[in-house]
Amino acid sequence: MSLTHADVRKVARLARLAMTEAEIESARAQLSGIFELIAEMQAVDTKGITPMSHAQDVSQRLREDVVTEADQRELFQSLAPQYKGSPQVEAGLYLVPQVIE
Amino acid sequence: MLNSSLQQLGSALRAGKISSVELTQLYLDRIGKLNPALNAFITLNPEMSLAQARAADALLAGGKAQPLTGIPFAQKDIFCAKGWRTTCGSKMLENFIAPYDAHVIAQFNNAGAVNLGKTNMDEFAMGSSNETSYFGAVKNPWDRNAVPGGSSGGAACAVAARLCAAATGTDTGGSIRQPAALCGISGIKPTYGTVSRYGMIAFASSLDQAGPMARSAEDLALLLNVMTGFDPRDSTSLQRDKEDYAHDLNKPLAGLRIGLPKEFFAEGLAQDVAGCVNAAIAEYKKLGATLVDISLPNSRLAVPVYYVLAPAEASSNLSRFDGVRYGYRAPEYGDLTEMYENSRAQGFGEEVKRRIMIGTYVLSHGYYDAYYLQAQKIRRLIAQDFTEAFKQCDVIMGPTSPSTAFSLGEKGDDPVQMYLSDIYTIAVNLAGLPGMSVPCGFGSNGRPVGLQIIGNYFAEAQMLNVAHQYQQATDWHARAPKGIA
Repeated sequence: MSLTHADVRKVARLARLAMTEAEIESARAQLSGIFELIAEMQAVDTKGITPMSHAQDVSQRLREDVVTEADQRELFQSLAPQYKGSPQVEAGLYLVPQVIE
Repeated sequence: MLNSSLQQLGSALRAGKISSVELTQLYLDRIGKLNPALNAFITLNPEMSLAQARAADALLAGGKAQPLTGIPFAQKDIFCAKGWRTTCGSKMLENFIAPYDAHVIAQFNNAGAVNLGKTNMDEFAMGSSNETSYFGAVKNPWDRNAVPGGSSGGAACAVAARLCAAATGTDTGGSIRQPAALCGISGIKPTYGTVSRYGMIAFASSLDQAGPMARSAEDLALLLNVMTGFDPRDSTSLQRDKEDYAHDLNKPLAGLRIGLPKEFFAEGLAQDVAGCVNAAIAEYKKLGATLVDISLPNSRLAVPVYYVLAPAEASSNLSRFDGVRYGYRAPEYGDLTEMYENSRAQGFGEEVKRRIMIGTYVLSHGYYDAYYLQAQKIRRLIAQDFTEAFKQCDVIMGPTSPSTAFSLGEKGDDPVQMYLSDIYTIAVNLAGLPGMSVPCGFGSNGRPVGLQIIGNYFAEAQMLNVAHQYQQATDWHARAPKGIA
């Protein structure tokens, strides 16, 4: 199967990956090769087979709805990314570009 | 000391023949000497390692030692270790200091073990050669022009080069077994759910499983004793009774039925690798095993199925790296979307981006049934092949990797060729079965060959028995690279 330039551009957008036109083109060639490999499974008859989502067929464990984590806000905020030399936090919040005008 | 088993090291420590500080310093000195050429470690922190060693010496002096107390181990850089830089081989986490311990790290800490450093790996464990690491490729200690395998390449290299007593790895599609094979060491990926994934940076959550890498099956058993166990913080951790994995090591193998899947010995397997594996199987016959021809007809689909499921899960898991709360943020951006896009484009390497894109595509509107659902259905067919096979045999054997270690840069431009190097290991992850690799000789280029042993669910103790008996009868596992020990 061969992907188009527009397919790859759309996927890059969905995956939130900035890509130049040249990068899209080289990704297109490599992804097409990988999808050729993947295409081998299309011919298999899987009618009536239950999809296997996990290695062990066990049901998800539940837990009591109680607080289990300690408050470590300061420690976690100390890990925030830097931007122009300063950590992007303020008053216990994380700073990102303004979303609402 | 460098060739001592963990049992011997533990005894020497408890008898006071050497202190943990001395042993830790010995390894740190070796790392200082050999690591610049091998690049097995991303992060060292001698101060923290020696502090742990001093604490271990206090336990030893107080008679409170456990089997691994005071022994220095290398930890794959995929495990969060509190206060340690934890990068997962990525620029995205280049400056990330983990704020907590992974379950695996906590288990080692509780056992009084020493963390010697964080080992190099393919970025986010995506690779089979360790060449996708942001921190540079690892060299194979047997031949520095060769790759060590991946993704746990730094761990395999460190064990083979005697830079640590043993190491941890993780295996999503072969990342413990393939580097173990390529570096001539032993490694086991236990049954999915046996070792907690808490604090282990996620790649493909339904396949990821941690396990030990060491110089012998006997060492692996002691390490599994520490690493396994129920952990409520991992929703897929299995509740089982505690098991002593060393319990069956000395059982004779008479009557053992070894299944040989014809698909694992077909076209594509290098002749020198086949020769070593067949010789190992002949050795097992001498030890009293019988051979059974089996078939895993759907195993040929394992690679395509894996390259749908693993990237799909990865694209979801890696969406957390957005430059907001931790990790890399691009120096230039306009609006929020551009901040995400630039941070991720600059923070991730080529292979990681490729897999995120595959995953995003197969999960996107209109393709889900054709790819993701179809892959999950074939996953069941692959698992059922094993269930059928284990009706006729106790363990399955074959090569771990189709060839010995390839040369650095050899498969650089062709992702598909790289993916096919995991052709014999991936099906095991899809089924959730335990698998291991033990050294069984050398190829025509002098590079190591690994024998893969696949067991039924929870058959780790039996597999370790099978491997240990082979290692009692042969000495491949005891060989060291030239100039190493």
